[in-house]
Amino acid sequence: MQQISKDQFLPIEREQLGTEKIVRPSVNFWADAWRRLRKNKLAMGGLIILVVLTLTSIIAPFLTNHTYDFQDYSNLSKSPSKQFLFGTDEFGRDLWTRVWWGTRISLFIGIVAALVDLVIGVLYGGISAYFGGRVDDIMMRIMEVIYSIPYLLVTILLIMYLEPGITTIIIAYSITGWVGMARLVRGQILQIKEQEFVLAARTLGASPWRIILRHLIPNALGIIIVQITFVVPSAIFTEAFLSFLGLGIKAPLASLGALISDGIGVLQFYPYRLVIPTIIFSLILLSFNVLGDGLRDALDPKMRK
Amino acid sequence: MATTNEKNRILEVDDLHVSFKTYAGEVQAVRGVTFHLDKGEVLAIVGESGCGKSVTAQTIMRLVPTPPSFIKKGSIVFNEKEDIVKLSERQMQRVRGSEMGMIFQDPMTSLNPTMTVGKQISESLIKHQGMSKSQAMSRSLEMLRLVGISNPEGRLKQYPHELSGGMRQRVMIAIALACSPKLLIADEPTTALDVTIQAQIIELMQELKEKTESSIIMITHDLGVVAEMADRVIVMYAGKIVEEGTLDEIFYESRHPYTWGLLRSVPRLDAENKSDLVPIPGTPPDLFAPPKGCAFADRCPYAMKVCLDNDPEKFVVKGEHRAACWLCHPDAPKVERPVETGGAV
Amino acid sequence: MADNQYILEVQDMKKHFNIGGKKLKAVDGITFGVRKGETLGIVGESGCGKSTAGKTIIGLYDITGGDVLFHGKSIKNMNTKDRRAYSRNMQMVFQDPYASLNPRMTVGDVIAEGIDIHGLAKNRAERTNRVQELLDAVGLNAEHAGRFPHEFSGGQRQRIGIARALAIQPEFIVADEPISALDVSVQAQVINLFQKLQKERGLTYLFIAHDLAMVKHISDRIGVMYLGKMMELTTSAKLYAKPLHPYTRSLLSAIPIPDPEVERTRERIILQGEVPSPMNPPSGCPFRTRCPHAMDVCAKTMPPMKEIEEGHFAACHLY
Repeated sequence: MQQISKDQFLPIEREQLGTEKIVRPSVNFWADAWRRLRKNKLAMGGLIILVVLTLTSIIAPFLTNHTYDFQDYSNLSKSPSKQFLFGTDEFGRDLWTRVWWGTRISLFIGIVAALVDLVIGVLYGGISAYFGGRVDDIMMRIMEVIYSIPYLLVTILLIMYLEPGITTIIIAYSITGWVGMARLVRGQILQIKEQEFVLAARTLGASPWRIILRHLIPNALGIIIVQITFVVPSAIFTEAFLSFLGLGIKAPLASLGALISDGIGVLQFYPYRLVIPTIIFSLILLSFNVLGDGLRDALDPKMRK
Repeated sequence: MATTNEKNRILEVDDLHVSFKTYAGEVQAVRGVTFHLDKGEVLAIVGESGCGKSVTAQTIMRLVPTPPSFIKKGSIVFNEKEDIVKLSERQMQRVRGSEMGMIFQDPMTSLNPTMTVGKQISESLIKHQGMSKSQAMSRSLEMLRLVGISNPEGRLKQYPHELSGGMRQRVMIAIALACSPKLLIADEPTTALDVTIQAQIIELMQELKEKTESSIIMITHDLGVVAEMADRVIVMYAGKIVEEGTLDEIFYESRHPYTWGLLRSVPRLDAENKSDLVPIPGTPPDLFAPPKGCAFADRCPYAMKVCLDNDPEKFVVKGEHRAACWLCHPDAPKVERPVETGGAV
Repeated sequence: MADNQYILEVQDMKKHFNIGGKKLKAVDGITFGVRKGETLGIVGESGCGKSTAGKTIIGLYDITGGDVLFHGKSIKNMNTKDRRAYSRNMQMVFQDPYASLNPRMTVGDVIAEGIDIHGLAKNRAERTNRVQELLDAVGLNAEHAGRFPHEFSGGQRQRIGIARALAIQPEFIVADEPISALDVSVQAQVINLFQKLQKERGLTYLFIAHDLAMVKHISDRIGVMYLGKMMELTTSAKLYAKPLHPYTRSLLSAIPIPDPEVERTRERIILQGEVPSPMNPPSGCPFRTRCPHAMDVCAKTMPPMKEIEEGHFAACHLY
């Protein structure tokens, strides 16, 4: 037994036993999620690349005097040089400007798709889940019918009546593309609806509006955000695919997909016309996916601690 | 005393330290636990959530995923011959099921929903005892009878979801006992069950205690269940053992303020008057940074200066009854035990 | 002392669910009353319908049959105004401390939600004051109002839930298994808090739980439920001293007592068999399949709840 001096056995003075103390600093959910995201180097890398690409696509076209559609016949199909940083195409158009314009357009399409999802998808799924019962049944059946119509088919049909272009693509997406998000949100809210904190709000006398805005949606936001980061690259890719089919953006505007499509034809002679847009396109898709994965991990409350 | 050929000391745990590596640092779940289990004994490990009792039990069977957990220090000598800590996973698979069995808390999730009851019991028989399928099935039938399941022949072919909670628990006991293990670990075996079913299961376990030769470690937070089943009791708090002794010693002669706290905060069904329950104020410490001295000191109404600076060693109260509390030091002031019998009155 | 009037009257209340075409009779005709200032405990094992009963009384579920009167007014077909008044007077404390607080709201906002909904605070300062008073009343610190639920332990979260229920100053609180998910020593903290608040504020409690020892400790009277029906109803002292219903007797016998000497010398009634599924309850008295005294009549008709002695009711053909 170790030697302990006798005065050690005096009781300690205490005002209050067991005062409730919380040692760690307060951190709200979003701050905590951000901290976890920061630790994920891959996801942060994706985020940084996206930010850089977006900023570049906005600023870059202003750095040169070329426009995206001016056809300089004295400089047809030139390789990258100081004058034309990315070279020119067979019409003499500056590829640097066209590529960054294309990036703008691709990103724009992605953002519009996200907005459609947010507005139509979240509301539809939210309303269906909140009311449940017959309302939910009917809304779900409608959704299933829409889901079974292929997006490409709708786009092609629309293009037969309207002109190919951004507007058509957006209209087609607004008809069919939001279903995935609606389903997800509905599932999430059905779950959240039964949680005791929602029951408590009902017991307190909260109106349905209050419940949806303060309780249901904030707790479904995590899923929504993650879904958006997957929806954007998916929309960009789909548009690229349409461009391959010749149903995409109208010339002289071009999305990255259209540029890639053009580049394939001349791969043997002018590889830079394929390589450059492909690299940027792939970076965008990859970054969104990696960021989406990282966000999912960061926002998942079960992974806490 | 036991003769030298008959192995009497089934389990000897010595200074076990188990920690978890988390992204925020090391969590010291078990901080130096020493105890033993002899043949035919029922040892109860009591404590609240976070005290380390489940981690200790699962570490004995090496069931805690490693990483993030790791055994920092200590030994677990099983059957006086092998140190569990040093065995490879392959060697552990030989031990688990045949020499050690475990009953888990939640009967809903501890049985494989895609295998029939008969198959699940036979599995370990075929693997560990090299029985043929038909031999294993007839032994499984015996086991179902042993655990008191009605219509055992029919049950062999049923799936877990077709059985009630109480029956699933019996099936789990049958699986655990199939190979007549020397050690049975029951981790909160009745917590998820209704009270009347709990009584059935405890009665069953008491019968099995007589019939089989297994020694039992029972993990629980329910002092009533302890009073029914245990021979010896260990009380854990914040990863350490604070008191250990026989059943009567812990309930009637306890010496640690945490044990007193537990006993006083549990209402008794047969209590005459409605005096206040005496809860233990505050909450258990954060195991990221366990305090320097006694982990219970900041909730203890009898804390002294020495308690804050020095972690108490286990003092002998009488024979095998030990308490890790500075109040047991000869220089400490005499404190009257505030609880007369087990449970608050 | 307490008024002898019943402020809550439950009359042959039924709550049935439709599950995939089959009917689940979760609550199948229970009758009891709660007096002002008393604590009525409802106990029973899983599937007995006690939680459903609580949620139906407070209006989270629509009542299928029978009636519930609060201060003489029926809760059926209430208009919006009546519902608001009802929710001001009757509140609930929930079971799961990890699911009963919105993880995205600060504790202060959680507690003040009722105040916000009913417009009980004139300005920000008053709101903050009331939140601080409530935090104090449940034994937490005022500075906790800015923190989030996940930073608190189970016991603390339950206290936050209690503060939330108290915020609009109800007179009646339904507590649905408020301590089942907590550690033993923390349960005692929360139970003591319930009792303290009742004394200070003259609250009336309907306390639903499966831990009979705890319910007996806090309740004045206790009702025992089994498979949607009430088996016995009396004071907690009499329930223990002289249980009339066979189910009550076996329930009491099954509960382990933390005293080895008592356990060794006790006589136990161990029920055989399993609890039947509430989807398919036995005909007549639902307990007859496990009852040691079952008779022929028990399979034919459900015995009515009769007052066997003064204030002591039981539903059993033995009487």
